[in-house]
Amino acid sequence: MSQKKHLNSAKTPHYKNTANCVAVEMPIPDVVRIAMSHNIGKHCQPLVKKGDEVKVGQLIGDVDAFISAPIYSSVSGVVTGIETERGGMGGEVQVVVIETDKKQEVYEGIAVPEVNSHADFVKAVRASGVVGLGGASFPTHVKYNPQNLEEVDTLIINAAECEPFITCDNRTMIDDAENLIYGMEQIMKWLDLKQGYVGIEENKPEAIANLDRLFKEKGLDDRMHTFTLQSRYPKGAERVLVYEITGKTMNAGVLPAQLGIILSNVTTVAAVGAYLQTGMPYILKTVTVDGDAIAEPKNVKAPIGATVYDIVQFCGGYKKPVKKIVLGGPMMGRTIASDAVGIVKYNSAILAFGEEMGAFPKETACINCARCHSVCAFELMPFALAAAYEQKDVDKLKELRVMQCMECGSCSFICPAHRPLIFMNKLGKGLVREAGN
Amino acid sequence: MEKNYNTNLLVGQGPHIHTTLDTQKTMLMVMAALAPALVVSTVVFGPRVLLLTAVCIIASVAFEACWNVLMKKEQTAMDLSAALTGTLIAFNVPSGLPIWIAIIGCFVAIIIVKQLFGGLGKNFVNPAITARIVLFISYATAMTTWPLPKAQQTADVVTGATPLGVLAENAGELPSNVSMFIGTIGGSMGEVSAIALLIGGAFLVWKKIISPIIPACFIGTVFVIALIYYAAAGVPECAADKGVFGMAIFHILAGGVMLGAIFMATDYVTTPTLTMGKVIFGVGCGVLTMVIRLWGAYPEGVSFSILLMNILTPLIDQLTTKQMVKKYEQKEGAK
Ligand code: SF4
Ligand code: SF4
Repeated sequence: MSQKKHLNSAKTPHYKNTANCVAVEMPIPDVVRIAMSHNIGKHCQPLVKKGDEVKVGQLIGDVDAFISAPIYSSVSGVVTGIETERGGMGGEVQVVVIETDKKQEVYEGIAVPEVNSHADFVKAVRASGVVGLGGASFPTHVKYNPQNLEEVDTLIINAAECEPFITCDNRTMIDDAENLIYGMEQIMKWLDLKQGYVGIEENKPEAIANLDRLFKEKGLDDRMHTFTLQSRYPKGAERVLVYEITGKTMNAGVLPAQLGIILSNVTTVAAVGAYLQTGMPYILKTVTVDGDAIAEPKNVKAPIGATVYDIVQFCGGYKKPVKKIVLGGPMMGRTIASDAVGIVKYNSAILAFGEEMGAFPKETACINCARCHSVCAFELMPFALAAAYEQKDVDKLKELRVMQCMECGSCSFICPAHRPLIFMNKLGKGLVREAGN
Repeated sequence: MEKNYNTNLLVGQGPHIHTTLDTQKTMLMVMAALAPALVVSTVVFGPRVLLLTAVCIIASVAFEACWNVLMKKEQTAMDLSAALTGTLIAFNVPSGLPIWIAIIGCFVAIIIVKQLFGGLGKNFVNPAITARIVLFISYATAMTTWPLPKAQQTADVVTGATPLGVLAENAGELPSNVSMFIGTIGGSMGEVSAIALLIGGAFLVWKKIISPIIPACFIGTVFVIALIYYAAAGVPECAADKGVFGMAIFHILAGGVMLGAIFMATDYVTTPTLTMGKVIFGVGCGVLTMVIRLWGAYPEGVSFSILLMNILTPLIDQLTTKQMVKKYEQKEGAK
């Protein structure tokens, strides 16, 4: 299947250099640094202390809150300390530092979960520790437990992977398709969903063909389908994907479930599928390591908490002085000040850039070309929003629908004057929120 | 093993990749699109075309550079925006114009119209158009002494009326539409060759530098009004052999319609941003041009029409934005 209606989008370069690289497991590093926050929502409390021995798959952090997910050790070894550092989402976060013994002894408590009801299913998904692995990081079990359970009927798997460089979702569909399909079956079974669509950009023909073949072979093609999307940014944004597949308009602040849709990232679903069959929680993350400063770009299976530095060393190290490192895609990913940080569950890429690609471009005057407007999926007017923000005009910001901005960055990408439009929208939204209180 | 962590990395807001198109390249593309017209003009009017164009570019860039130095502003002379303005000024004057007058035009455009209003992106009227009008009013004789194409000059006659001048006086002979399409006619340096300007315009549309909406609406409106007017009022004597349809073609080829519609009415800064606004702007320019040509005191009206529509642009933007907000309020529900 493919789409009929399109929202505006930007033609970003693809840079899918690693599309054909099967993910390789890296050797266990000497030390892992596991942050106690891997998701939107409450931070976990460390359940271990300095000197404790831990094993692979052992629970080391959890919190009793609705929007949260437990954190497990990805290695066996000894806790050498609980440190505090700046977290990926801002603010301070506690980090459990573990010195590994490289034996990778598995925790005794690992057992295949027993699922007999929707409630069991949700419980199992929480126990898997899986969160939105595409970068959204929203705890998955919360998504699978909508308030209007009877009303949801459609599963949409987000496999657009519209961010340049990243190819790990592509590999999931080629190398881990069995777990993906098992995960889809289970979700559809326990949430009683009728149809499932996997939205994939057309620049991943191998993945599309592989899933089409498997759906057919397994006799699932009456309810599971691939859905081909344009290879443009940001087709993988939730609200865009929902519109392109179902034709339903999803406004800011609306949840997919309110439109009858359960929406999950493809690697997330495969991780759920794997957990339901093995009982091993989510501890091994596939990341795309790329960028012009990386010697050997590849897809790496790294234990959660492995430092960016160690992962890059596994990829041949830096081939030129590194200026900037982005965790996640180049459009929406976050920069880190130091490569000594450990990766978290939702990091799908490590992009290291040298002098030229890493530099921030110089801002010049707006020439009113309206390119920013022409790429915005919601037809916002970023140039006007920026002007309204600069004048701190809250009414104007509201009138121009700043709250609909999903911070995708298309407008900033396309602006010939290199204006920080997305950033001004973020601040503009802040102003509106403040004024509302 | 000692680990040499990189702890001094650049941090900041994304996105971390950007299009390769920047302001300078945009301006460069527009200048490239003007090249065919420059070539035709040089062939038709001789090398003075090149001299005058070079003078205008250099003067405009120099004025911009000096202003920035004097006002201690960031140097923007190399973003090519001033160079483009200079080129357009040259294209809007007769090839015989004294050099000092051309330099005054550049001063008006860069210093008065652009910089006094805050520089690139802040001016509300088109600098080149305004410069042309100021020169036209201040130096009427020099600005309306039109050299004939080199091939049509004789020992005693080197200047003549433009096609629109002939039409306004209803005296003399109108050139054929074919020579007007190619450009072997009298007129300002850059406006004579429709084909050269259309090639440039097609290039800009293809490269997505300009949207075709304004040029299409502008030219289309001129055509339709001419068609209706001559069908109702009859074709004047000097154009008897053209017929009604031929006169409609004549009007879109004559004067500055092509140059104005493709290169001046598409200036980002001084024209509407939304599609609906662009339609209003284009049609407005077409209507005003024809009103001036058919009923006004001047034979040509493109510059005045664009200037007037420039002035109306903030209003058009406001109205079309309101309309769009309404559309979304219905779609998204009141917030
Ligand atoms: S960041 Fe916001 S304004 Fe910019 S393109 Fe995306 S949604 Fe539109
Ligand atoms: S893309 Fe940049 S230069 Fe163009 S209108 Fe938007 S903010 Fe202004």
